[in-house]
Amino acid sequence: MGSSYVPHAAGYVDNGGPKLVTSRFGYEDSHTLARFEATGGYVGLKAALAKRPADVHGEVREATLLGRGGAGFPAGVKWGFCPEGVWPRYLVVNGDESEPGTYKDRLLMERDPHQLIEGSLIACYALGLSQCFLYVRGEMALAQERIATALNEAYAAGYVGREILGSDFSVDIVLHWGAGAYIVGEETALIESLEGNRGMPRLKPPYFPAAIGLYGKPTIVNNVETLANLPWILEHGAAAYRRYGSESSPGTRMFAVSGHVKRPGVYEVEQGVTTFRDLFYGEDFCQGIREGHELKMFIPGGGSAPWFFEEHLDVPLEAADVGAAGSMLGSGAIIVMDDSTDAVKACHRLVRFFARESCGKCSPCREGTGWEEKILQRILDGHGRPSDIDLLLDVGDNISPGPYPVAAHTAEGLEVVPFPPRQTTICPLGPSSVAPIVSTIRRFRHEFEAKITRGDTIPVSAAPVTAGGAGS
Amino acid sequence: MTFFNSDNERLAREVISRYPRARSAAIPLLHLAQEQEGWVTPAAMVQIAELTGSTPAEVLGTASFYEMFKFHPVGKYVVNVCTNVSCQLLGGEELLEHAEASLGVRAGGTSQDGLFTLEDVECVAACTEAPCFTVNYRYFHRATTGSFDEVVADIRAGRSPIHHGAAGDDGELPEHGTLGRVRQHIPDDRRAGVEAPEDVVGAPLWLAADRAGEG
Ligand SMILES: Cc1cc2nc3c(=O)[nH]c(=O)nc-3n(C[C@H](O)[C@H](O)[C@H](O)COP(=O)(O)O)c2cc1C
Ligand code: SF4
Ligand code: FES
Repeated sequence: MGSSYVPHAAGYVDNGGPKLVTSRFGYEDSHTLARFEATGGYVGLKAALAKRPADVHGEVREATLLGRGGAGFPAGVKWGFCPEGVWPRYLVVNGDESEPGTYKDRLLMERDPHQLIEGSLIACYALGLSQCFLYVRGEMALAQERIATALNEAYAAGYVGREILGSDFSVDIVLHWGAGAYIVGEETALIESLEGNRGMPRLKPPYFPAAIGLYGKPTIVNNVETLANLPWILEHGAAAYRRYGSESSPGTRMFAVSGHVKRPGVYEVEQGVTTFRDLFYGEDFCQGIREGHELKMFIPGGGSAPWFFEEHLDVPLEAADVGAAGSMLGSGAIIVMDDSTDAVKACHRLVRFFARESCGKCSPCREGTGWEEKILQRILDGHGRPSDIDLLLDVGDNISPGPYPVAAHTAEGLEVVPFPPRQTTICPLGPSSVAPIVSTIRRFRHEFEAKITRGDTIPVSAAPVTAGGAGS
Repeated sequence: MTFFNSDNERLAREVISRYPRARSAAIPLLHLAQEQEGWVTPAAMVQIAELTGSTPAEVLGTASFYEMFKFHPVGKYVVNVCTNVSCQLLGGEELLEHAEASLGVRAGGTSQDGLFTLEDVECVAACTEAPCFTVNYRYFHRATTGSFDEVVADIRAGRSPIHHGAAGDDGELPEHGTLGRVRQHIPDDRRAGVEAPEDVVGAPLWLAADRAGEG
């Protein structure tokens, strides 16, 4: 009765590989201070405090720790963008995880909150950040509860707050949570939200809030998983970290594989050395596509990423390779779709997401995503017009002009356009809405046409449809 | 104007004291208001404006951006069914249809007995456990129409649907408005201290000491 409720974050699968961030996931009480201290907790912080702050920064730079929030920017380099002599500096932890398909930060917050606190402290020590705000997604009640408990324990034990572990390092960590808005995950929107405003992205430049962020002061925004790697790096050193993964993407990443595989789950995987094929078909991983079905397509990096197909299975899980192949590893969200999937329907669902979540600040995105959704809806409803396919591409071109990043389709003689897309918008949300559209039309144009032919029996309205979204 | 009861007013002031600027507490205080009343009332926004040094219109401006804030009474239990793509692939839309039929409301509506509000929501970060739904933001993974009905039946019968409470999760399902039930509390003798950004001059102690050592 009701036994489907899962108080521990379920979904994590131990695949027998190295565990840099999931080492405590096997324990029921992994979220408690007692377990944390018994399993090497706060050792990385102590190692950091024994070093000069600049050397801690150096260690992180040398580790080439790539950001896990989506853009994959090296943390050590970003940390260097804080202007000299401007104080105070802040840390904002991005725990807003909402990209379709993404499920890893919630696990890290629910299962090992002290690891995240320790990582945040290490960043603060290295850069002289004098206050840290831990911004958790509003919908994640258990994560909020676990972090609050962990912070209360950590304050009492002297790990957080004034004169940490008897040193002259003092920093407050404030738990803050959101209230439901995907766009708040974008770092400048996150800062607006933390200032008590509507969560709308800020105009760029400056490109990094490290220059001008919270209250106009230098602010480092890092993803939960990025920071969760710091305790390991400080405990074992950058050289040891670089022994995992590949030259350009060292270490591991957490990947959530969802959809039509036999064993969906969250896996900690060495970057670069594992391929999509290993992940989908490996015995230690997803164990293949659902019985009786074959792979049709997959999304390698969350709802915002262009789609991949059968011919991309041997691409390694490595940001540079996936980018060159026309998509992105993004937030470690891999969505697998088998041959039972209606490509137009899946495309429509993602586009509807972007249309709902557009913050409305810039018109190409606000208007464009709405039109994309409407056009796709009428195609699905059997009211599509033959011109709708080109109209969709045209609306997309107004949001992201020029050739849109897309995987190669060797069979059709189409060449790869590498990531990222161009944009007429303030942030990448608008251009992301074009990814499912271009991906599906390029590969499955016939599925759109099939739906539209059926619609031909319905008289086309007298109002002419012109490019750019007029008429309806 | 008083909306918050005395405990919550004290809590509100404690929350504000953690931020360099009071306005940053707007969202936490809106959550506190929703916890007290189940929704965000106009009176709550007036008091939050007073407490954070803004106007009620600014508070509404902020609040109305965020989906979790409700400006009219909703059910005691807010049921969110995810229909985004990972869930869609494994029956999220069918689960929503079932929920509509079973609760007798369309997505967005509240059942006549005021018990349930049903919502069709975006990805809730449980994609490998699809399809899924949440009740007052507590997760139910790998749902079936059967497990959905069991949860609803438990709630209607006044039983908690959460049978497998773990540490930090006592098995209670709070009413709508309550999120994390453990509150952060920073003891006075452990506080590093909060300063307005414009009052801060120079690097923090541990960095300044290190740099002095350099020169
Ligand atoms: C629309 C949009 C949504 C985003 N959502 C998230 C998110 O939920 N979590 C996250 O960490 N980063 C998100 N990002 C990326 C952040 O802007 C930022 O790059 C990241 O938090 C930086 O941390 P990292 O360098 O450690 O990856 C989003 C970006 C965009 C454009
Ligand atoms: S691209 Fe969309 S989400 Fe981003 S700022 Fe513009 S309107 Fe807002
Ligand atoms: S798509 Fe439903 S939880 Fe992510």
